Amino acid sequence: MTFPTVAALARGIRTGKTSAASVLEEHLRRIEEREGEIHAFNLVTADRARAAAAEVDAAVQAGRPVGPLAGVPIALKDNMCTRGVETTCSSKILEGWKPPYDATVVKKLRDAGAVIVGKTNLDEFAMGSSTENSAFGPTRNPLDTARVPGGSSGGSAAAVAAGFAAASLGSDTGGSIRQPAALCGLVGVKPTYGVVSRYGLVAFASSLDQIGPFAHTVEDAALVMETIAGHDVMDSTSLPQPAPQLVDVLGMGVEGMRIGRVVDMPEGSEPEVLARLDEAFAALAKRGATIVDVTLPSLQFGLTAYYLVAPAEASSNLARYDGVRYGLRVDAPDLNAMYAATRSQGFGAEVKRRIMLGTYALSAGYYDAYYGKALKVRRLIADDFAKAYRSCDVVLMPTSPSVAFPFGDKTSDPLAMYLCDVFTIPTNLAGHAAMSVPFGTGAHGLPVGVQVLAPALGEATMFRVAAELERAR
Amino acid sequence: MSNAASAPSNAATLPDGWEMVVGLEVHVELDTATKLFSGSPNHFGDDPNTNIDPVTLGLPGALPVLNRRAVELAIRLGLALNCTVQSCTFHRKNYFYPDLPKAYQISQYDQPLNIDGYLVLPGDVRIGIERAHLEEDTGKSTHFGGTSGRIHGSDYSLVDFNRAGVPLVEIVSRPDIRTSDQARQYVNELRSILVAIGASDAKMEEGSMRVDVNVSVRRPGEPLGTRCEIKNVNSVRAVGRAIDYEARRQILEIESGGVIRQETRHWDDAEGRTHTLRAKEDADDYRYFLEPDLVELDPDREWVEEIRLSLPPLPAARRAALAALVGIDRESEAAYVVVERGQDGYVTEVVRLGGEPGRVVVYVQQAFAEEGASPRVPAGDIVALSVLERDGKVTATQAKTILAEIVAHGGGDAAAIAGEKGFEALDANAIESMVDAAIAAQPDAWAKYCNGEEKAVGALVGAVMKVSQGKADGKVVTAILQARRDR
Repeated sequence: MTFPTVAALARGIRTGKTSAASVLEEHLRRIEEREGEIHAFNLVTADRARAAAAEVDAAVQAGRPVGPLAGVPIALKDNMCTRGVETTCSSKILEGWKPPYDATVVKKLRDAGAVIVGKTNLDEFAMGSSTENSAFGPTRNPLDTARVPGGSSGGSAAAVAAGFAAASLGSDTGGSIRQPAALCGLVGVKPTYGVVSRYGLVAFASSLDQIGPFAHTVEDAALVMETIAGHDVMDSTSLPQPAPQLVDVLGMGVEGMRIGRVVDMPEGSEPEVLARLDEAFAALAKRGATIVDVTLPSLQFGLTAYYLVAPAEASSNLARYDGVRYGLRVDAPDLNAMYAATRSQGFGAEVKRRIMLGTYALSAGYYDAYYGKALKVRRLIADDFAKAYRSCDVVLMPTSPSVAFPFGDKTSDPLAMYLCDVFTIPTNLAGHAAMSVPFGTGAHGLPVGVQVLAPALGEATMFRVAAELERAR
Repeated sequence: MSNAASAPSNAATLPDGWEMVVGLEVHVELDTATKLFSGSPNHFGDDPNTNIDPVTLGLPGALPVLNRRAVELAIRLGLALNCTVQSCTFHRKNYFYPDLPKAYQISQYDQPLNIDGYLVLPGDVRIGIERAHLEEDTGKSTHFGGTSGRIHGSDYSLVDFNRAGVPLVEIVSRPDIRTSDQARQYVNELRSILVAIGASDAKMEEGSMRVDVNVSVRRPGEPLGTRCEIKNVNSVRAVGRAIDYEARRQILEIESGGVIRQETRHWDDAEGRTHTLRAKEDADDYRYFLEPDLVELDPDREWVEEIRLSLPPLPAARRAALAALVGIDRESEAAYVVVERGQDGYVTEVVRLGGEPGRVVVYVQQAFAEEGASPRVPAGDIVALSVLERDGKVTATQAKTILAEIVAHGGGDAAAIAGEKGFEALDANAIESMVDAAIAAQPDAWAKYCNGEEKAVGALVGAVMKVSQGKADGKVVTAILQARRDR
């Protein structure tokens, strides 16, 4: 089943061929039909969406200029603050909390005319790779409802895959956009750290978190990226660069480009996944690119380093959910008992596991052996990438070692779940850009994603390669 | 209040063979318009929870943005304390408390903004400054019910987040302080510097300057003893009292065969003693790590030099200048008091207009306590008074009366006031005959004085003052009596 693209919808609405209202109703109808089964959303904001669509239509009719995403229905991962609209991170501890402000990306989407249809489900506080860790129940993969959509941005992926929204935003700390994009047959982008503002994104691991788009096509992803990227004074880690121009480069091809193939890539991928990757290299070579062997020896330590750095930051970022000022409070006789009761009941098992892991890694006497060492590995990975990028422009790897897996497949084994992100985590540790592009199918006829990795601020090159892969598939 | 070396010490001396080793950690609120990481006003005394925003409250998704003015003031302070200003980073200090909205405080850890400075106390005693770093303040908790005023045992607590996120500089001295007098001098001098450079109003009573004291004792020459940190020291006077108490407590403990445990102690000002707050083993593990929401702060060299050039003369230099101008010791009470009030500029102006330097500085020190840095009294009025006194037209006592009148009215003509009050300096002959009468009336006193009992002169001088109705100059009378005795 194919759905209209962001590009087509925006063009149709802007030119009056169709209306934002009718586009929205079409999407709401699909939500009505399938949301009960899929559970992509924590909240569908139909009334607000209708008001936003009506505004766009009024502007078009009056001949006023409208933004590049005018009337395009977009879904937001429920860890991005929306003024006056519940933002839960799929956690009981934030249930009912309504932020008094919009995240910068939300403001930018509104300014571009986008119509926000709702807040999508996620693994609690974005911790997971299947969306099974949501306190409000899992999301199903629209392509096979017996399987997970991936995670943690599973709701955002499912919403686009099911046609509930033309595009969506997710957040990617270790692969949480790219992996669900791969599992749901979508394009998913993790921008360079600092390209998209984190202001209003509820933090999981601040030095790794980035917001990025899900879309059906590379062009759609480029359109959304151009809208949400750019410097933000509210985020000190935001880079000074303006938003990259991406739509214009999509047709430039890969002639003369050097594509890196990692010779010492971590093992354990399904054979079909590796076969699609080989085909991707062949397709790019056929279109004039050179395939270059590169080595990334520290890649094998990425997962370990990540599961120290990310939980360490998370243990600090999530300490504020203490029952004092907002969200859940479980009353108890004294302060420490209130903290304990609130956090015991408010957080799910995976979140607690990571808080404990991170607290331990930062503790006096353990810091050097764990967190300190992880930071060193992080630098090694960045150094290895820097060396590799001297001989190539982008690197191709699988996005996920497997296609979408059945519910419950990995929930009893956290390490197996963590391995889902073995190919995506290094990019976050290095602060680089990467995106997943659908490239054929694997086991059970389910989609396989190929991951294009680029150095920091290499978005334009990355999108050129992704567009070529899209044309070749 | 004053740092003058000549000021008498209230400090009881330690038992023989012991010395105290003291270091101070002083927290100072910077006088910025807005908070360290958000645009909310930094203003004391507003209604609770009015100066707040998503960053101050630590709402999910909110991010800190460093306040440039706070950095500038912190650099000003660093330079005034002779520190090296360096490229620095921010860390998170993690602990749970209801008035700490994010459950971590953004502070500086192993790379602070200012390092390796010093501050000079009277007698050219140099106290090292280890660091002066930037951090954010917490909110303010108030506990209701219970008896201790602390959270334990209270019925409920309220938190005001107006103070949360207010920029602080923590100034950590090296353990170079050896007496409670020095500690008080250090706090006073630091406060003078803070006010002089416009970094803070440094009011201990409003909490914009807070002092924690580290005290240990040892026998001179021995290695450092185990230290205790004392909190809740809320005035300069309390700094001195707490240190003296704590040093004696530790000595007593050791001399009776005990050992000092490293711990945090609470100063009870009413009881005049410290008691254990928490032992070192119970201290929080703050799990410091680099604050990922901020980037490295690397102050531009040119900017730092600009700030250095914009620094006003510091109190020590001003005391020296004043002392040279009016002919007093730069460590005298008058030099400290006048500069601390910021009235050295005024004294300089009066002297420039022809005032008698020695008289002017005394007038200002004694009568201008309620005046600010810009006294209301026109400089010319003080010039006139000082000249009257210098020329012997009025006595010192009369001048004091006239001065009080002038200050009370914000100005006045010294000569006219002298006239109104019938003041006229008595001529030498008149005083001589009054002295004759006094000696005749009190031969015993005269005899005692002649036999070397200096105090006996008081009765004779007093008699002359009484007869003259205060018009005689006490110093002149004393001089006459002394001259006659020694003749």
